[in-house]
Formats: sequence, structure tokens, C-alpha cells
Amino acid sequence: MSVRSKLLNPTAISAVSGSAVLVFLAVAGPALWGSAADTTDVSSRLLGASLAHPFGTDELGRDILARVLAAARLTLLLTLGATAIAVAGGIAFGLIASILPTHPRRWFTGLLDILLAFPWLLMVLFFTVIWGATATGAMLAIGFAGIPSFARLVYNLASSVSGRDYVRAARVVGVGPVGVLLRHVLPNIANPFFVNAAATASVTLLSFAGLSFLGLGVQAPEYDWGRMLQEGILRIYVNPLAAIGPGIAIVLAGLVFTLLSEAVAGVRGQGWRATAARAAGGLTLTSGRRPVVAPTVPAEDVVAEITGLRIAFATPEGGVVERVRGVDLRIGRGEVVGIVGESGSGKSLTAMALAGLLGADARVTVATHRFGDLDMSRPPTAADRARLGVELGMIFQDPLTSLNPALTIGRQLTEVPEVHMGMRPAEARARAADALASVGIPNAATRLRQYPHEFSGGMRQRAMIGMALTGRPRLIIADEPTTALDVTVQRQVMGVLRRAQEETGAAIVFISHDIALVSAFCDRVIVMKDGRMVESLSADRIREDASHPYTKALIACLPDMNSDRTLPLPVIPPELAPEALEEEVPA
Amino acid sequence: MTTTPPLATAEVVDTSTATLAARAEERRLRRGLSPRTAFLLRRLGRLVISLAVVVVASFLLMYLVPGDPVRAALGQSATPQLVEATRAQLGLDRPMWEQFLRFVGGLFTGDLGTSVRLQRPVADVIAQRFPTTLLLAVLAFVIAVVGALPAGIGAAVLARGGRRRGLSVALSAVLGILIAVPSFLVAVGLISLFAVQLGWLPAAGWGKPADAVLPVIALAIGPMAYLVRIVQVEMLAVLDTTYMTTARAKRLPRRLIHLRHALPNIVTASLTVGGLILAGLTAATVLIETVFAIPGLGTIMVSSVGAKDYPMVQGVVIVYALIVLGVNLVVDVVLATIDPRSSITEG
Repeated sequence: MSVRSKLLNPTAISAVSGSAVLVFLAVAGPALWGSAADTTDVSSRLLGASLAHPFGTDELGRDILARVLAAARLTLLLTLGATAIAVAGGIAFGLIASILPTHPRRWFTGLLDILLAFPWLLMVLFFTVIWGATATGAMLAIGFAGIPSFARLVYNLASSVSGRDYVRAARVVGVGPVGVLLRHVLPNIANPFFVNAAATASVTLLSFAGLSFLGLGVQAPEYDWGRMLQEGILRIYVNPLAAIGPGIAIVLAGLVFTLLSEAVAGVRGQGWRATAARAAGGLTLTSGRRPVVAPTVPAEDVVAEITGLRIAFATPEGGVVERVRGVDLRIGRGEVVGIVGESGSGKSLTAMALAGLLGADARVTVATHRFGDLDMSRPPTAADRARLGVELGMIFQDPLTSLNPALTIGRQLTEVPEVHMGMRPAEARARAADALASVGIPNAATRLRQYPHEFSGGMRQRAMIGMALTGRPRLIIADEPTTALDVTVQRQVMGVLRRAQEETGAAIVFISHDIALVSAFCDRVIVMKDGRMVESLSADRIREDASHPYTKALIACLPDMNSDRTLPLPVIPPELAPEALEEEVPA
Repeated sequence: MTTTPPLATAEVVDTSTATLAARAEERRLRRGLSPRTAFLLRRLGRLVISLAVVVVASFLLMYLVPGDPVRAALGQSATPQLVEATRAQLGLDRPMWEQFLRFVGGLFTGDLGTSVRLQRPVADVIAQRFPTTLLLAVLAFVIAVVGALPAGIGAAVLARGGRRRGLSVALSAVLGILIAVPSFLVAVGLISLFAVQLGWLPAAGWGKPADAVLPVIALAIGPMAYLVRIVQVEMLAVLDTTYMTTARAKRLPRRLIHLRHALPNIVTASLTVGGLILAGLTAATVLIETVFAIPGLGTIMVSSVGAKDYPMVQGVVIVYALIVLGVNLVVDVVLATIDPRSSITEG
């Protein structure tokens, strides 16, 4: 996004024009409306709204609209004063904290955390006691009450920056703490700093309004918006606008500060505008049909089939990018099929589409899509869902995230038997324990009562395989099930998966980027590149039969016992590297 | 859902949390404590330090006031005899350390001194007004939570994956406004609409159930909007996790997917924010009580600050602080009980 377009979005425009109005009011308000605001006229006291007095008049006959406009200067000056105190104090304390040695720093941040536990208003009241119920006292009170949160912010920002590699590098070459602070820390915390300073100004304005409203801020004959609100609410039955008028001014001014904060944040893509933009990126699912390809395997021997699969996603710029471009996949009964390809080749998307688990943001088109005799391109009935839950198992890449951290292993392994197979809790538990035992987890009964965080990574992945075994799996889709595990654990998990396949006779779709692992484990290997299947080979003849140059390159990269270790490892030649996927297709 | 995180990052995160956990584990073993006990002890330690800060700060209040606090409280017209008598009554003629010991001792026996203005024990005044403030805050909190949970979860489920973007943008705008407008201005709007224009509810006062309606709504709206946003954001994040894909892969009914698999995972964040909200609500009662002329702790606090009735202010400050610290402690204990993982090992 260019600087120009950053400045031309609605938030920035409203923020800038709003600030301009506030500045104008603060500078010119008292001069333009000051006399009208102070002119007493006993004959027109306590009037309601009229053309001459849009917000009515107060008990001395002064025009309330003029007073609201004239009060802008004092209100904004006090707000900025208090914000300046909070920001300056926050920077000082935050930066000091960030360069303190470990122990004093702990105490200091601990104290900040204790202070932060108390709501700002309570702190403000406490300080107001000290400095008294005057405009200056209130400004000091609000400013000081705001220091802890700003100090904590600056400290957090500074310490996150000083942990980064380039700051460490600067230290290594001998830049002192002050130099690091000035050259590296300050420039990098500027953006979140200004965002929060503007947000602080908004809170300060509202606090000031609250304090003056309580009678603890600006005192008569001076007046700010909070003071006017207090006077207005006493006569709310006579003239509601006397209270609502200053209230509107407070809300609008607060909004300007918030917009300023959003506008600054928008530069880095934070705030609600970014959220809205993300929300706007979605698309609805469409379903297109192509002529059905005649199946080559007899229908009763096919566990799952998907043909003419295309998957596209909307780009943030409003276009569409196609990630899978026409894949035909047919899994025979008990067949172990490997899909290899590098990141972005579309292998995981293909697997998720096969399982019917892609999210609403994916645009999926298929010619045929079935699981056994079940047509997956139609919305599933309750019975279909039960059947899929029992017969189709999924294992994901990272066992740290694929099990629900808030539920026990037992809860997660008894669901399929309970929900889809109609088992009573005790039966389901016994089945879950059997499943855990069959994936080689001892003490299954005890283990069922534990949470995922009490399992090691390899055990969690075995528990995931066990979860698939609690049903009657006809197909298990394993999406890079060993990538996140270390090599010895990998072997165990592969062994468990092999045994599960032999015991249940389920077909397996095994996805990996490791062609050695895949060709050792699978009957058939499918190579994917750039969203297309480039080759389908029998696993035991992969070295002999590979014809596509990409497959040959993949195989050539595999080191074996005869590889010359004095030479660098072979790499995929650049002309075979995946093409750029940002290529746009018509929506 | 389809992009796999680069392995390097995963490993870095993994080892660093593993190191942290290992370090926490080591500290714990050295002391021979269970993780939960260690966590609760740590929190208790923080509570004691916080209490000490509060007690010292409120004791020092009298000394931080510029000039003579007794003279300030009684006004320029008070006779020197009265000033001296009051000083003796407050114990301000004693050495500072003795005053502090009496102050702390008084806290343990429930003696918070005597109000200069009302000439009544501070503890009595607080005991009389405390239930009103508590009722306001608790009612508003319950309404905010009960309203926010289903609204936030519903909004997240409906808007997931960029669907119904009109709805989510509109909701985000409405929430933004409700969060931004402070409670006392909401109160003014509510009064002018429901009390002045429609005449349905009283504009001020305290005694009948109807008196509580507008104050409680005014208190609840902002926190509720904030909580809706938190719940929605948390829920959206949870819905995108792999374990939710696991739950969907099991083809569970939507009810189970959302209530059993997603809800427990947003409780931690929601409860933490809920604690902040309850503490904030307690402070906001000061303004709301003033708007609606409700005889609670807030109104006595404000009038005592104005009248420089320092013993009264000290007492109320301590009570407010106790409420805030109590809420935080309850949240921590509940988190430690229901959340089997994170909070306990966190340093």
C-alpha cells in the first residue's frame, strides 16, 4: 500500500478532518463564541431548544451551544496536558525499566503490574485527593494515573525490540545501551507508541469529562464539557439538550482521538479496518460440474474418488488464485497411496477436499466426489455424517495442535463411538482404551484420563491414529503425520500406522514431502506440483518408471549409501522449481 | 488452514516454551511443591504485596496532601482549638511510625477511623453503603457476561471464513461505538430517553427495583460490548485451529463442536477479561451512582474527596482496592482450577 493510499482511506480522512475541527475550535472557539457564551440574559434563562439557542440556555440565560464551542479550548488543553504527563512519565519509566539489571527490573515491572490491576478511575480519584478538586489538580491526577499503563507499554515494546537479532548484533559490535535505545529501539516502537498515545488521549478526555462531571475537576466559573454535563443533568427534565449537547461533544472528540489512533494503526494493518478487509476477502462456495470421467476401477472396489478437482481462493486484492488445477484421485480398497510434493503443491488441499473438510473460504469445483457409494458433492444427511465420522479418519501434521487441549484424551477418543455408533459411555471407553493399546500406549485406562499436554509429541500422534481406530475406518487420510516429529519417533509412528492399516484393512492416503518415506510406505506414489498431478507411479518401481523431470529431480536428490559425501547435496534445478502461484485466473 | 507454518518457527517456539517450562519445573521441584500449589502461593504472594502497596499508599495519602490536612478538612474558619482537637482525635499528633502501626492495627480490627465530616465511624458508613455498590456491580457484570457469551460465539460462528461480511462489519461498528461511549454518558442518554421522553423509569433515586434498571444497563452496556468483541475474536481464532478441524473431521453435530470443543478454549481469555471488567465496573459505579443519586460507596467517595474528609477517603480507597484484588484472586484461582495447562506453569 502506498503512502498516498494510506492517507486517502476513510479513517484517515475522518481523523484528519476531525482533528482540524478540534484544532480550529481550540484556537478560535473562545474568540468566536466566548462573548455569546458569557453573556447573561435573565429574561431568557432556562430556555429549551430554539433557532436562536439550538441547545437552549442555562440558568443565567447563556447560550449552551456557544458554551459548548467555547469550552473546547479548555477541555482539549487539559486533555493534552494530562496525556502529555502520562506519555512523558510512561516513556521515562518504561525506558528506564528496560535498561535496568534483572532483579530491580523484576521488582519494577511487578510494581507496575500491581498498579495496573487498579482501574484508572480509582487511581485518578486517589490522586485527586492529593492535588485537590481543581482543573490543574485533575490534570495532574489523570496524567499520573495514566503513567503505569504507558510505562508498561513502552517497557514491553522496548524489551521486545531489544531481544531481536539486529539489536543483539548492534550490541555485539559495541553499541552502548543508550545508542541501542536511540538508534534501534525508539524508531521501532514509534508506530505502536503513537497508536497508543492517541488512544490514551481518548481515555484521558473521557476521564476528564467524568472527573469534572463528578465536581472534582474544573470549577465554576470556568467550564469544560464535563462541568457543563454536570450542570445540564440537574435540569434534564427542563432541557435534555443541556446535558446531551456537551455529551455529544465529548463523544465526538473522543471519536476523533480513536480515529487518529486507528489511522496510525492502519498504516501497519491493525485495527478494525484491517479486520473488515479480511472479512471482505471471503467468497461463497460454488459448485461446478464437468462431464463425469468413466471410472477405471470397479465401483465396489473404490473407497473414495474425486475427479476434476479445482480449488481456488480469493486474494486480498479482490482476485482469485487457483491452488489446485484439476486433480483426479481414486483410492482402491486397502490401497496405500502416497502424495508427494513441496509446500504449495496443493497436496494438503487435495486431501482436505477429499475428506470434504475445506472451509467456506475455498472455492471448490468437482466433477465427481464420492466416498464408497456416498455422493460427497451433495450436502450430507445426518446418516451420511455418522458414516463419514466412523469410516473416514484424519491425522494431521502437528500432534501438538490437532488434539483439543481442553478435553481429556478419553473424551476425544470416545466421541465417535458415542455419537456415531450409539455406544454407551462404558462401552465407548473400553473401545477407546483398546484403540490406545493397539497404537502402543500402555496403561490405556489411566492415559484416557489425561490431557494432551501430559502426552509427548509421538504419543499424541499415536493417540490421533488411535482416534481414527475408534471407528471402523475404511480410509485414513494422514496429512504429513511425521513431519513435526523427530526421526526416531517418526519410525514408531510409521510402524503404528502400518499396523493399523494391516489390522483394519483401511486404505491410507499418506501425504508427505519426503519421497523416500512415501515410496517405502506406499503401494502407489502420486507426485504433485503447482496444483497438478504430474505423475502416478507404483512405489516399488519409482526409480525405474519416473518419467517427469520433476520426479526424476526429486529422486536424484535422495542420498543413498553410495552417494559421494565430498560433493554438495543435489538440489532441484531452478527451471523445475514451483512456478509463482500469484498468477491470477478469472473469477 | 492449508498453509503449513515454516518448521523453523515451530521449533524455535517449541524449544523456548520447553525451556521455560523446564525452568519452572526445576524451581518447583526445588521447593517440593505441586504445580498448582506453587501457582497459588505465587499469586498469594502477589496479593500480599499488592495489599501492602494499597495500605501504605492510603496511609501516606494524608502526608501527600500539600499543607495541613486537618486545616484543609475543617476550613479556614475553624478555631485553632477545634483544629488541635481534631488532630488529636485523628492521632496526627503522634509520631509517624505510631500512626502507621495504629492504622494497620485498626485495619485488622475493622476500625477505619472516624469521618471528620460525618463524625461517624468510617467502617459503619462503608458497611451501610457497600451492599448497594456491590449489587450494582454484580448485577451489571452478570448481565454483561450472560449477554456477551452467546452474542460473541454466535457472531464468530456466523462470520467464520469471511461469510456475512455485512453483518460482521456492522457488528464491529456498533461494538466500537458502545465500547467508546463512557458509562456516564450512556446513562445520560438512557435517562433522557426512558425517564424524560418516555417516562417509563425513574431518572434518579434508590429504593424500588425499578430504580436499579437504568443504572445497571448503563453500567453493563460498555463492558458487554467489549466482552462480545473478545469472545468473538477468541472464538474465531479457536474455530481456525487444527483441533477444531479434527472435531469437524469426526462429523460431530454443530452443538458439540461449538459447545464441547470450542467453548472451553475461550474460557481462559474470557474469564481474564471478565475479571478486568468486574474491577472496571466497580470503578464505574462511582460515576453511575452520582448520575442516578444512589447512596453507595461512590457517592460517599466523591463527596468526601470534595470535603477533604481524609479518613473517609482512606477507608473507601482501601475497600475499593480490596474488591479489585479480591476479584483478581478469584479469577486466578478459578483459572488454575479449570484450566489444566497454561496458567500454572507460566512464570
